[in-house]
Amino acid sequence: MAHLIDRRLNGKNKSAVNRERFLRRFKAQIKEAVSRAIKGRSITDIDSGEKVSIPVKDISEPQFHHGQGGVWENVHPGNEDYIRGDRIDRPQGGGAGGGGGRASKDGSGEDDFAFELSHEEFMNVFFDDLALPNLIKTQLMGIEELKSVRAGYTNDGTPTNISIVRSLRGALARRVAMAAPTLSQLNDAEEELDALIESDDDATVEVRERRAKIHSLRERLASIPFIDPFDLRYNNRVKLPTPTSQAVMFCLMDVSGSMDEAKKDMAKRFFILLYMFLQRNYEKIEVVFIRHHTSAVEVDEHDFFHSRESGGTVVSSALNLMREVIQKRYSTSDWNIYAAQASDGDNWDSDSANCARILEEQLLPYCQYYAYIEITDGEPQNLWYEYLNVKERNRHFAMQKINTAADIYPVFRELFKRQPATH
Amino acid sequence: MTPISTGSEWTFDLIDEYDREIRAIAVGEFGLDVYPVQLEVITAEQMMDAYSSVGMPVNYHHWSFGKHFVSTEKSYKRGQMGLAYEIVINSNPCIAYLMEENSMTMQALVIAHAAYGHNSFFKCNYLFKTWTDASAIVDYLVFAKSYIARCEERYGIDAVESLLDSCHALMSYGVDRYKRPQKLSLAKEQARQEEREHYLQMQVNDLWRTIPRRDRDDSDKASQRFPVEPQENLLYFIEKSAPLLEPWQREIVRIVRKVAQYFYPQRQTQVMNEGWATFWHYTIMNRLFDKGLVTDGAMLEFLQSHTNVIYQPPVTAKWYRGINPYALGFAMFQDIRRICEQPSDEDRAWFPDIAGHDWREVLDFAMRNFKDESFISQYMSPNLIRNFRLFSIRDNDLDDKLEITSIHDEEGYQAVRQKLSEQYNLGSREPNIQVWSVNVRGDRSLTLRHSMYQRRPLEESSTEEVLKHVARLWGFDVRLESVDEGGHVCQTFEAKALPQEFQIA
Repeated sequence: MAHLIDRRLNGKNKSAVNRERFLRRFKAQIKEAVSRAIKGRSITDIDSGEKVSIPVKDISEPQFHHGQGGVWENVHPGNEDYIRGDRIDRPQGGGAGGGGGRASKDGSGEDDFAFELSHEEFMNVFFDDLALPNLIKTQLMGIEELKSVRAGYTNDGTPTNISIVRSLRGALARRVAMAAPTLSQLNDAEEELDALIESDDDATVEVRERRAKIHSLRERLASIPFIDPFDLRYNNRVKLPTPTSQAVMFCLMDVSGSMDEAKKDMAKRFFILLYMFLQRNYEKIEVVFIRHHTSAVEVDEHDFFHSRESGGTVVSSALNLMREVIQKRYSTSDWNIYAAQASDGDNWDSDSANCARILEEQLLPYCQYYAYIEITDGEPQNLWYEYLNVKERNRHFAMQKINTAADIYPVFRELFKRQPATH
Repeated sequence: MTPISTGSEWTFDLIDEYDREIRAIAVGEFGLDVYPVQLEVITAEQMMDAYSSVGMPVNYHHWSFGKHFVSTEKSYKRGQMGLAYEIVINSNPCIAYLMEENSMTMQALVIAHAAYGHNSFFKCNYLFKTWTDASAIVDYLVFAKSYIARCEERYGIDAVESLLDSCHALMSYGVDRYKRPQKLSLAKEQARQEEREHYLQMQVNDLWRTIPRRDRDDSDKASQRFPVEPQENLLYFIEKSAPLLEPWQREIVRIVRKVAQYFYPQRQTQVMNEGWATFWHYTIMNRLFDKGLVTDGAMLEFLQSHTNVIYQPPVTAKWYRGINPYALGFAMFQDIRRICEQPSDEDRAWFPDIAGHDWREVLDFAMRNFKDESFISQYMSPNLIRNFRLFSIRDNDLDDKLEITSIHDEEGYQAVRQKLSEQYNLGSREPNIQVWSVNVRGDRSLTLRHSMYQRRPLEESSTEEVLKHVARLWGFDVRLESVDEGGHVCQTFEAKALPQEFQIA
């Protein structure tokens, strides 16, 4: 007799380790694909995986095998009109003759080996670059935070969750309902018995019958259990996502001539990270892109990253525009305001003090968090020093000088640390 | 009799009942000799898991299995490919997987095909009996998996991975073709592995190093070649003789070699094995139908997938990919049965031994004592050659045209049969590469020799890649010479040993 086993529930992802090994082995190629993807994607488009392709040559597992040449004699089915001794032209590309499809084995001319990275794997590679601590990764990638809330009662659960009041109320109702027919029979029987006794007739047999009946009815009533597993009710709790509110994120970037593609790419990662953090905490996020050189404009994402201007830099123009936008569209009672500013540190000299003032007096009081990164390998300039003063006085202002992507995270360290308090 | 079921949904009870009926036919009526059956219901995802670790329920971890999984999953999700209906493991008890998405009819088909067809083949065919030990394989893989995992912990994933890469490249050269292997068992294997390690440890004796060396006269030994005779099992040779491998590395080479050996019979009996299983699922399903146990609808569903399985596109078709082993094997077993039951005069002339005999005995004998190559050369009938319209083409690279050398006519039968049989001879299909010599006194370089057959050369880029792997295992330079039938060297390849810091140690 065969042994039948249901394996469906166990060992679901047996190949997970092998898959991870596979990704690990081709990390270089995958990383490249991911950074290409980040360049091509919108900041807010981070929820999907990514298609990665690897040249077949890199991925093949070599084996000894025959090449073209020599004598091959193969048998094939489906002869139509050949007879012995026929001489036919060699078909192009191996085909029916020769190695019988052997030609394709050497891998030349095949497509790349393409596959999909899952969202999680994609983010892992993305985070790898940013050198995020593990805890933060889980916070960013984890499912929404859930809060358990009361949701009535259920019929099953753990003993600790038994609702005593509900269970006893149920038991009482059940006892009443189950006893009702018996009770009315009992009453009838008792009345009849009384009547018989009072009538003084010679009805001992009937009296005895009545008594027996009353006895059995009483027994039946007594056998109704006081409480039955059927009565048990349990407090029900369900997990609900924590209520979230809305946030707006301002991306401010210097697009003067000195900001080249590499710097913009760095800035983009910085914006993505902030966006992800916000996404985890807020249900609705709007993103406002403000770019500036000597004057500031609000633009869409594409223009934000892909247009390049020349000329000087007046940072305060962007700050002023941000203030206007806040006043016009994002009242602080409804919106949590976050801002991220990226620049290479250039500013028109006398404007820097102005910036610090606007920032401190008109923006920071309304912002949850304001992060500034300076993407440069040169000496800091006066904007940096002005901002340093601002930082000393404001805990929700963070700034960092950035050379590589790994420097981005420290900007957010404070922000993440504050997280328990915001809940 | 009423049918066992009428709908397409399966339940555990129904599977049980079908299995009982199928068993009654397979074992009771037709006398198949089988291992106990273990049917496991799994999901499509688990099927892909099993698929990508060469069908085994446990296996060590390696990126190539992950790659296989990724590509299987991709084509499955795109709907390019249905999953194989069945995976069956040559173990005792014989494990057959049933996919939960299949209909009841398909489950019955898989049970008949895998749990009784393949199962009896595994148990009775001489190659499997000789080369595999069904009761020990799962245990051995458990040992292999935990051993390799321990090596990864101790020596790092990279070291183990590159070692496995190199071994995998030589996997088809890790089999003994003629020598019978020893039986495996988990406890013995572990004990022996410890013993080997212990023994090697004991050989280390620092005292010896303090004894001053004498310049011995080695001239008599210098002429002795090593190995004394060419060796066909490259992995075995490397395991035993590679100068620089650590004991744990030799153990891993050994594991890969053992796994390769275990799968060797499957590669030699593709046509027979699939043909046998297909023959039995066909016979059993028909018998179920005759007994009234399955409905007309189920039978149609079965026939539809059965005909798909045994479809042989002609050589002119765009999707022609060589001979379909299911089609050929099934047709051959059917044909043998026909020869037994209704022999024609031609059959009597060609197969006097079996024409008119009891087909069950003849089939049983054929299944037990042959592999693809010998099976075809023994049993392929003119009738079958005509049905398949088989013909042979000679492709000689010195000739500007292809030549049709034989077709399905009186003069051609013998030749077609012999060539087809040759086509299934692993020995000539795969390049014959053996260990030729080691330069023991000099640079310790290893020379492999490829004996060319029909002037067929090695494919160059992959040969170079594999040779790099050999050099990594050997630790010194490696050369490969292709030698034609006259003994002249036609092609040579060379791989330098990696500098010490890149070696696997």
